[in-house]
Amino acid sequence: MDLLRKEALASPAVPACRPWPRMAVDQATWRATINQLAAGECDLLSLWSDGAQVHLAAFRPSDASVQILSLDCAGGSYPSVGRAHPSALRLERATFDLYGVVAEGSSDTRRWLDHGRWGVRRPGGAGEATAGAADPYTFLPVEGEGLHQIPVGPVHAGVIEPGHFRFTANGEVVVRLEERLGFVHKGVGQLMSGASIEGAAKLAGRVSGDSTVAYAIAFAQAVEAALEISAPPRAVYLRALMAELERLANHFGDIGAICNDASFALMQAQCALVREKILRASKACFGHRLMMDCVSPGGVAHDLSADKAACLGELLDWIRLMTPRLIALFGDTTSLQDRTVGTGILNTSLARQFGCGGVIGRASGREFDARKAIGYAPYPDLSFAVGGSRDGDVDARVWVRFDEVSASTELVTQILERMPHGPINVEFQARTGAVREGAALVEGFRGDIFAFLRIGEDGTIESCHLRDPSWFQWPLLEAAIKGNIVADFPLCNKSFNCSYSGHDL
Amino acid sequence: MTIIFDLFAQILQMALVLLAAPLLIGFVRKVKAHLLRRQGPPIVQPWRDLLRLLRKETVLAENASWFYRAAPYFIFATTWVAASLTPTFENGLMFSWAADLIAIIALLGSARFLLALAGMDVGTSFGGIGSSREAMFGSLAEPATIMIVFTVSLVAGSTQLSEIASYMLAHSELRVSVGMALIALLIVAIAENGRVPVDNPATHLELTMVHEAMILEYSGRHLALIELASALKLLLYISLIDCMFFPWGMAPHGAGVVEMATGGVAFVFKLAVAGVLLAVFETSTAKMRVFRVPDFLGAGLMLGLLATLLVFVTRSL
Repeated sequence: MDLLRKEALASPAVPACRPWPRMAVDQATWRATINQLAAGECDLLSLWSDGAQVHLAAFRPSDASVQILSLDCAGGSYPSVGRAHPSALRLERATFDLYGVVAEGSSDTRRWLDHGRWGVRRPGGAGEATAGAADPYTFLPVEGEGLHQIPVGPVHAGVIEPGHFRFTANGEVVVRLEERLGFVHKGVGQLMSGASIEGAAKLAGRVSGDSTVAYAIAFAQAVEAALEISAPPRAVYLRALMAELERLANHFGDIGAICNDASFALMQAQCALVREKILRASKACFGHRLMMDCVSPGGVAHDLSADKAACLGELLDWIRLMTPRLIALFGDTTSLQDRTVGTGILNTSLARQFGCGGVIGRASGREFDARKAIGYAPYPDLSFAVGGSRDGDVDARVWVRFDEVSASTELVTQILERMPHGPINVEFQARTGAVREGAALVEGFRGDIFAFLRIGEDGTIESCHLRDPSWFQWPLLEAAIKGNIVADFPLCNKSFNCSYSGHDL
Repeated sequence: MTIIFDLFAQILQMALVLLAAPLLIGFVRKVKAHLLRRQGPPIVQPWRDLLRLLRKETVLAENASWFYRAAPYFIFATTWVAASLTPTFENGLMFSWAADLIAIIALLGSARFLLALAGMDVGTSFGGIGSSREAMFGSLAEPATIMIVFTVSLVAGSTQLSEIASYMLAHSELRVSVGMALIALLIVAIAENGRVPVDNPATHLELTMVHEAMILEYSGRHLALIELASALKLLLYISLIDCMFFPWGMAPHGAGVVEMATGGVAFVFKLAVAGVLLAVFETSTAKMRVFRVPDFLGAGLMLGLLATLLVFVTRSL
C-alpha cells in the first residue's frame, strides 16, 4: 500500500517542486503506481514528458494528496500506464507524438495528435522534418452483420470546433463511436519552452478560450508555487470572482445549447440572454468579455471598483430571479424531458476509473471538485455545495449544471461581501538562479485543470504542461453513446461539451 | 371569354403559390424569431436566398448519376403541379378535373420517392440516413393521409377538391369524423413538412437531420429548386387544410374579379394564421426521438381510421 512512499523517501533529490513534491522513481515504483491506479486507489491527474523523463501525477482521495513521479526515459521508452489503466492511453499517444518516447507494452500505438500534417515529427524531442502528407489512420475494427459506418467531421455543418467521429451503427443504434482529435493542435507546449513568464501566461490563457480564467489561474498558481510567492488576498478573491463568473456564463450557455440540440430554441434564447449579461458585466468590470489576460502570475490585472461591484450585485439579483424560471422551463417541458432522461448514460465505475472531473463526473456519482478536494484559496473560507447525481444521463448533467449555477451565484455574493482590501499584485523576481518547479490543480467549468511547469535559472519557462479536463471526458463520450440512437449523439455530445482546443493543445 | 378568364385564374394560381411559398417560410421564421425575442431576418429573405442559390455554381459529386441531376426538376415540377391544383383563392380551377385529392397525394408521394432516391445517389452516409428516416416516416404518413382522404370524400361524396370545398361551404355543421380527420391531417402535415417535433428545418446537426440530410450534397440551382419545392409543399398542406376544412371566403367558380380579390385576401389571412400557429407550436416543443415519430404518426393513422369508421357508422343509422 505505502510502497510508493517508502520508495519516495529513498529516491534521489530532484529540483524542488511545490506545493507537491516530485519524486524521481525507478521502474519498480513506476509499475507499483500503475497497479495502484488500476486498482482505483488513486486517480490519474496527468501523464506527460519533457523528452528526458516521463512524469505522472496522481491524486490520492484518501488523504487528498497529489504525487508527481518521474521516470527516466533516456532510452526512449517507459512501461505503459495505459495498458493497465486505459485513461492514460491517449496521453501516452500524445506524448509519443510530441517527444517520441514509447510506452512499452501499450495496447494502442497509433498516433494521436500528429496526423502527419505538421511538417515535423516529434517537435518536442529531436524534431525531424517530414513532407507534411497525411498519415493513414486505422480505426478500430467492428464486426457484425448489418453494420454501417457514418463518418462525421472534422468539418461540421455548424460552426463548431473540428473533430472526427466515426460511428458504427446498426440502423439507428450506435454500436461503437471512435473519436479522432488533434485537428487544432497549436503547439502550446513548444511555444512555452523558453518563453518569459508573462508571455507563457498569455499562452496559457489561450489554450481553451472559454476557460481562459481557469487556465490563467492554474498557470499563475503554479508559477507562484514555484517561486514561493503568494498573491495578495484581494487578488485571490478577485480571481475566484472571475472564475465563478466564467463558470456561470459557460454553464448557462451549455444548458441553452443542450436544449437547442433537442430543437427547443426557447431555452437557448433565454440562457443566451443570461450569458450575454454576464459577459457584458465581465467586460465592464475587467475590460474583457471572457476576462482573458485578467489573471497574471503574482496577482490580477484589474481591480474592481465599488460601483462595479454594486453592478455585479444587481446582475446576481437578476440571475437569482431568472434561474428558477429557467429550471421550471426545463423541468416542465415534457417533450424536452423525454429527450434528456435516460439518454447517454455514463456509469459511475467508468467515471471513477477515468478520474472524470467536472459536471460529467459529478452527474455520474464522482464527487470530485478541486475547489473542495484541493481546497485552494479562497474556497476553504467560503461555504458552497457541490451538486451531484448518480443517474449519469443528459438530464443529470443539466441538473448538476443548474446546481452549480446556484452554487456559483452564492459564491459570487460571498466573494463580493468578503472581498478584502489591499494591493492586487505582488512584485516578484523570476530569475532566482535555480531551477524551480510548480504545479496546480484548478477547477474550471469543465473540470479540474492540471498545470505543471519548470522555471529555469534565467527566469524563463523551461517546460510547461497543461492538462485539460477533456482528456478524461472525451473517451467517456464514446462509452456513453453506446446503445443510443445516432440522432441522440448531438444531445450527448453537447451535455459533455468537451474542449477540442484544450485537448489538442 | 370564360375560357380566357379561367385560364387567367389558373395561371394566377400557379404564380401566386410560387410567389407566396417562400414568403410563408420567411413569415414563419420571423414569427419564431420574435417569439425568441430576436429580430429575425426579413420576410423576403427566403426569396433572396433562392435567387442567390440560382446564381451560384452547382457543385456535383464525382459519382453523381443523371438521376441526381434530374431529380430536383422532377421534385419541383410535381410539387408545383400539386400546389397549383389545390384551390386557394378560387374554387373550381380550370385544370382541377385533372387531379383529385388522391392524385395530389400521389404527386407528393412521387416527389418524396424521388428525393429519397436522390439522397442515396452519391452514397454519402448522411443521405442514406435521411432517406431511410424519410421512408420510415412516409410509410406511416401516407396511409394516414389516405384515411383522411376517404373520410372527407365519403362525407362530401367526391374526391374532387373543388366539390369538397363547395360541400363544406354549404354544410358547415360540426362533424366528429371531419374533426378527427382535421387533427390527423395536422399531424401528417407536420411530419410531411419536416417541422418540429418530427424534424427541425433550422438544424445544423448532421446526425439529427431528415429532410436536410437528404439534400446535404445539393448546391446551386438544384438546391434552390428543392428548397422551393419544400416551401411549396408547406403552402400546399395549408391550402389543403383550408380548402377541406375552412373554405370560407373562397371565390366560387366563375366569380368576378372582386370576389377573387376577396378570396385572395382571405387566403393570405388564412396563411398568416396558420403560420403563426405553426411558429407557436414549434417554439413550445422539443423535437422527439426518431423512434417516437411512428407513435406520433400512428396517432394520425388511428384518427383517420376512426374518422372513416365513424362516417360508415353514422351512414348506416
